[in-house]
Amino acid sequence: MYNTGKVMFFIIVLIIFFTIPVWLNWGRLEAVPQPELPKEEKKCIESKEYMRAYHMKLLDDWRKKAIRENQRIYEASDNEKYTISLQRTCMKCHNNKEKFCDRCHNFVITHPDCWGCHIAPEVAQKWQ
Amino acid sequence: MAIKRRSFLKLTGLTLLGSTLSTIIGNLLTRGEVKAKGYTQSPEALVGKRWVMVIDVKKCKEGRSTCGAKCIEACHTLHNVPLISDIKKEIKWIWEDTFEHAFPEQTEKYLEELFHGTPFLLLCNHCDNPPCVRVCPTKATFKNEEGIVMMDFHRCIGCRFCMAACPFGARSFNWFDPRPYIKKVNPEYPTRMKGVVEKCLFCYERLAQGKLPVCVEACPEKALIFGDLADENSEVNKILRERVALRRKAELGTKPSVFYLMS
Amino acid sequence: MLEKALVGSKKYWIWVLFLLSIIFIGFLCYLYQFKVGLGITGMSRDVSWGFYIANFTFLVGVAASAVMVVLPYYWHDYKEFGRITILGEFLAVAAVTMCILFVFVDLGQPMRVLNVLRFLSPRSIMFYDVIVLSVYLLLNLLCGWTVLHAEYKGTKYPSWLKPFIYLAIIWAPSIHIVTAFLYQGLPGRHYWLTAIMAPKFLASAFSSGPALIVIVALLLKKVANFDPGKKAMETLSKIVIYAFILFVLFYLFEIFTAFYSGIHTHQVSFKYLFVGMEKHAEWAPFMWAAVILAVIAILFLAIPALRKNETTLALGCIAVFFSCWLEKGAGLIVGGYTPTPFETITPYRPTLPEIGITLGVWATGFLIMTILYKIALEVKTSHELIVKYEGVLYKK
Repeated sequence: MYNTGKVMFFIIVLIIFFTIPVWLNWGRLEAVPQPELPKEEKKCIESKEYMRAYHMKLLDDWRKKAIRENQRIYEASDNEKYTISLQRTCMKCHNNKEKFCDRCHNFVITHPDCWGCHIAPEVAQKWQ
Repeated sequence: MAIKRRSFLKLTGLTLLGSTLSTIIGNLLTRGEVKAKGYTQSPEALVGKRWVMVIDVKKCKEGRSTCGAKCIEACHTLHNVPLISDIKKEIKWIWEDTFEHAFPEQTEKYLEELFHGTPFLLLCNHCDNPPCVRVCPTKATFKNEEGIVMMDFHRCIGCRFCMAACPFGARSFNWFDPRPYIKKVNPEYPTRMKGVVEKCLFCYERLAQGKLPVCVEACPEKALIFGDLADENSEVNKILRERVALRRKAELGTKPSVFYLMS
Repeated sequence: MLEKALVGSKKYWIWVLFLLSIIFIGFLCYLYQFKVGLGITGMSRDVSWGFYIANFTFLVGVAASAVMVVLPYYWHDYKEFGRITILGEFLAVAAVTMCILFVFVDLGQPMRVLNVLRFLSPRSIMFYDVIVLSVYLLLNLLCGWTVLHAEYKGTKYPSWLKPFIYLAIIWAPSIHIVTAFLYQGLPGRHYWLTAIMAPKFLASAFSSGPALIVIVALLLKKVANFDPGKKAMETLSKIVIYAFILFVLFYLFEIFTAFYSGIHTHQVSFKYLFVGMEKHAEWAPFMWAAVILAVIAILFLAIPALRKNETTLALGCIAVFFSCWLEKGAGLIVGGYTPTPFETITPYRPTLPEIGITLGVWATGFLIMTILYKIALEVKTSHELIVKYEGVLYKK
């Protein structure tokens, strides 16, 4: 290989550049996010573990069923029935997007675009 | 250190391919992770095979001086339709226009005089043979089993092919973020985001709750009649059998579902 | 072979830098559009497609027209085109890239573009347009690059390539036919609803594309000592004029049908475009400019003496190119949307950022073309000795 020295130098510089976040946060243990759960309600539509892992799959399925197949009632695994609606069902209990959704989403740097259209409760309140 | 450019490129290609594949496989594996026992339609829902709307033009005209176009206001507030004053960028689901604009191909002197000052309510025709649905490259707009031409705003890429295909000018595009133009928000219904197309959806969300479309409900003159054309005994069927009704641009074969009672 | 694009004269680098700076401006404009929304363009509820889609349509034609130099060479073994087929193929690559970019910048939700692949919709013509365009891009890259690489090595191209070359030839018209189908199958847009749309598209493409190749070839002769061959240029210019006359005829046929039948809805768009309606005549100057350019083009290219003269040939081809561009760029989209479904007029005028983005995309295409042509010409001329002495070219 020609110019081995120079090439290797720049490869190392690049690696260091792209791993800056690792070096800056080295050894620091960031607090694990604590989403605020609703106080009054004890039970979500499915188990906590399931919701934590698969809520995005569930929501994706919901929107397909409700909009595209006109099936607007979700029958949970404990036979309980729920109306499919992010704003009228989920956010009635989880009534603060910032303290519930955003805490984890920000931590894992994921930005779902739900809230471009759906209105978070706190946003609706401010709007009036 | 004998890695050739060719093999390096091949390796990069393989890596890319591999990561794409693994994402796809990962997605497929977790696809069955929705735990539902099942999905059903809500019990109180109004169910139909082909929803249509009949607009009694005469009644509409009679009440227009006093009603303050409640149908438009009710629709636009319920669905968080932004109020944009620039007509080039405006968004509307239901609006009124003159006879010449609603039926441009029928325009001639006597009809124009006859219908002078008569408001014509325009909205999506929910065609039975909708060209907008045919052209959509993502099936973001589609016809549901009740005959409503739906919009899946999650899926729309904003190519505006449907706007080119619609012969009725029923579709609006979000040229900007619509939220700053919504004065009073209805927290029960979403807004739209910039870059998607929107239009009247025959209040599918209200039908699911067992309610009639909000414009129909809001009209004090009862000039708007909503019903299932597939049901032989429905009110709309009875009216259309008895009275002369026109549909906009029927000659194009799109089979609109909005009828205008002209007599 | 890529390394050949990395060395060049000062003029080459100035040109590349010039293109890069326009791309940069276009990119900034696009960032602005991305942030604010498509509202920064002149498009409206009534004229919901504009400059982007117009340029897209025009460039699909340019891309398809590569077939006019590829077909005679491979199919009829017309040796004279040997030096310019690669120009055609690489022009197609650049043009299709621009097409894809133009569609992309026209999307309201560009981040969702892959939805087109996730939710295949075979009832939409857009579905077929995506297929034909991307396959055409790959075919031209493959054929052009492999043939050139063989030439670089001093061998003949491998025989497995032959089927791909033929496929590319058959494929070329399909991209423009499908693009015409985007328009001609829409009810209620009377200006578009005509079966002659596809043939008209092909005719204007097969004149404007080769016209661009002629212009570029004449330019390359000046700046890069590239000699396309006298005979090749003559044949190519004949193709340009025949196709252009066909195109003009097709357009006149449409005008005949609209006005002799007397059907109002078929006439209004023409009326708006050429004379204006209801005090709106925004596009009349452009349409008449297209007409005048068409007359100039026919005069310069149909008369043999003028066609053989390099200056008038170049001028004629420029006239063809801009005449076709105005017909598709100004006329086609605006005419389709005006008057509106309510028979009203909503004028459309592209805004500055919109023009900036458009120029950025064109510059990207020209940059791709420059790089590919640079490589092609270097490979071609590396096998021959050319000396320029006191302004005269000497070739071995």
